[in-house]
Amino acid sequence: MRDTPLSNCERDFLLKAIEEKKRLDGRQTYDYRKIKITFGTDYGCCFVDLGKTRVMAQVSCELVTPKESRPNEGIMFFNLELSPMASPAFELGRSSELLVKLNRQLERCLRNSRCIDTESLCVVSGEKVWQIRVDVHMLNHDGNLMDATSIAAIAALSHFKRPDVGIQGDVVTVYSAQERDPIALSIYHMPICVSFSFFQQGTYLLVDPCEREERVMDGLLMIAMNKHREICSIQSSGGIMLLKEQVLRCSKIASVKVSEITDLIAKALENDKKARKEGRKCGFAESMPQERITALKNLETTVEMTDLTKQASDIVEGVETPAEMALSPVVPAPGVGQVGAGLQNAWGLEDEEDEEEEVDGDEPEVTIVAEKRGNKKKGERPVVIISDSEEEEVVILNPESS
Amino acid sequence: MCLRVSEEEVLGIVLEETNGSVDEKIICGPGLRRNGDDVVVCKSGVLRHKNPNLYWVDSQQRRYVPVKGESVIGIVTTKSGDVFKVDVGGSEQASLSYLAFEGATKRNRPNVQVGDLVYAQFLIANKDMEPELVCIDSSGRANGLGVFGAGGLLFKGSLGLVRRLLTPQNEILKDLEKLYPCELVLGMNGRLWVRAATVQKTLIVANLLESSENMSAQQRRTLFKRVADGNL
Repeated sequence: MRDTPLSNCERDFLLKAIEEKKRLDGRQTYDYRKIKITFGTDYGCCFVDLGKTRVMAQVSCELVTPKESRPNEGIMFFNLELSPMASPAFELGRSSELLVKLNRQLERCLRNSRCIDTESLCVVSGEKVWQIRVDVHMLNHDGNLMDATSIAAIAALSHFKRPDVGIQGDVVTVYSAQERDPIALSIYHMPICVSFSFFQQGTYLLVDPCEREERVMDGLLMIAMNKHREICSIQSSGGIMLLKEQVLRCSKIASVKVSEITDLIAKALENDKKARKEGRKCGFAESMPQERITALKNLETTVEMTDLTKQASDIVEGVETPAEMALSPVVPAPGVGQVGAGLQNAWGLEDEEDEEEEVDGDEPEVTIVAEKRGNKKKGERPVVIISDSEEEEVVILNPESS
Repeated sequence: MCLRVSEEEVLGIVLEETNGSVDEKIICGPGLRRNGDDVVVCKSGVLRHKNPNLYWVDSQQRRYVPVKGESVIGIVTTKSGDVFKVDVGGSEQASLSYLAFEGATKRNRPNVQVGDLVYAQFLIANKDMEPELVCIDSSGRANGLGVFGAGGLLFKGSLGLVRRLLTPQNEILKDLEKLYPCELVLGMNGRLWVRAATVQKTLIVANLLESSENMSAQQRRTLFKRVADGNL
């Protein structure tokens, strides 16, 4: 499906507003939208809301043979999906430029930065290691997918617990969650991506662009950093020329934002751990707010029930008693059994075709609603259909009755 | 079962005559469908009635289906031959002929570029054909239709919000008039366009309209009052 095109008037207005340092939702230049992090019932499932952008990450693990070049290290596998429910511009199965870009950036940010200790994932060197797989799904696209993805991925990895493994000689036993407590991954640091969008050839800068701002931007700078002020990756796209001071300024802003977001993730993990320990219900269903529109709410709907009992008793009396049913199974010969054969058709179809096809002359049960409607039929009235279409007239072809 | 007017509807309910006059013609509006001799509800919402015989169902919907005679805001996507293709938010793009503008002839073409906003009316809109728009009325005058949009902001709301804003003498617009002078174009496809004196005021009006969709009258009045006092 096609996405709504951006009109000239919107583009001009957005650029004019940015020149006056005004954003559509009233944020300041360096403000992030409201970030909400929730976890699912399983370990390793994380939802992140960045304003209206919504992303889900799920971590899972599997025992596989390691790569030949690195026999004592575990494997990290990342997979991003742009679901069509996120935006009408995303089509399922089609690998778009955006998807490739996001995938590469996520891999660079998490794998190349070595934020997870992969050597601790080794079980038997050269034979069995853990493969950690991170699947990220976009649920709603309102701009800045990369930031939301990186937050979701690292939060899910911090939340994840892998099964415990015991080695005795040559025998490797994987204990289930009930037998032994699962173990968390060892994470050295949390790299988080911060996106900067540039307008008017680098003159104006906005942090955390929303979808409409992304459409009019000239270029994007993504800096992945951790809270120890170490840059994990920088990527500039859109082909704009950036000055050295601009890049340095962006990295300073990024370090401030990253430390705030890391605190937020840590707090969310704390809350989840506490909730699980206290035995409270935790997970996706609990984290969904009760969104009720309380204006215009009618407490009760009055429904007319006066003649309902009479209607019901009429229906019950009007029903034909079903024919005697043979005890099933019927055994006509040793070794052969018939179940349900030769009985009355109880489906109650009222079509004329079916009546004609009944060779035995059994009367099918007519549906009761149709009967009642038939009783109440008023005279035929002319019906006017207001429509332009020449195809409105419906013609029913009846088969020849044999 | 019969349900009275202005109550919540459940899909599939058959409406019955409650006022007794059997020979009257009733007009079924959106949300109702004739099924044999009965009128059945096919959208969930609140049943409304307008005298003498018009019934319809008010529902919450954001996706637009083109209907003949409605005025919508469209975005021009391509120019090809004698026809513009306009996106109106429906399943298909609508076509708008070069000649359907006031004072347009084969030699005197209208000044319409790709990406412009047009306020147009549906000439043809049914489920079997591509919808067609025109920017003139039956006597050949523009009457408010045509290209517009410089300097304003286009945003999206639900169809119900636009219908509420289009009812004559409605509260929201009355409150808005007292606030700032502004220009407003409402398309029945859920698109709204605002222009006020400054960028800041335009943004404020746009945000107010978007948020007044789910607010009760009291909440809305408090919000408008806060803005008028200069606190936002």
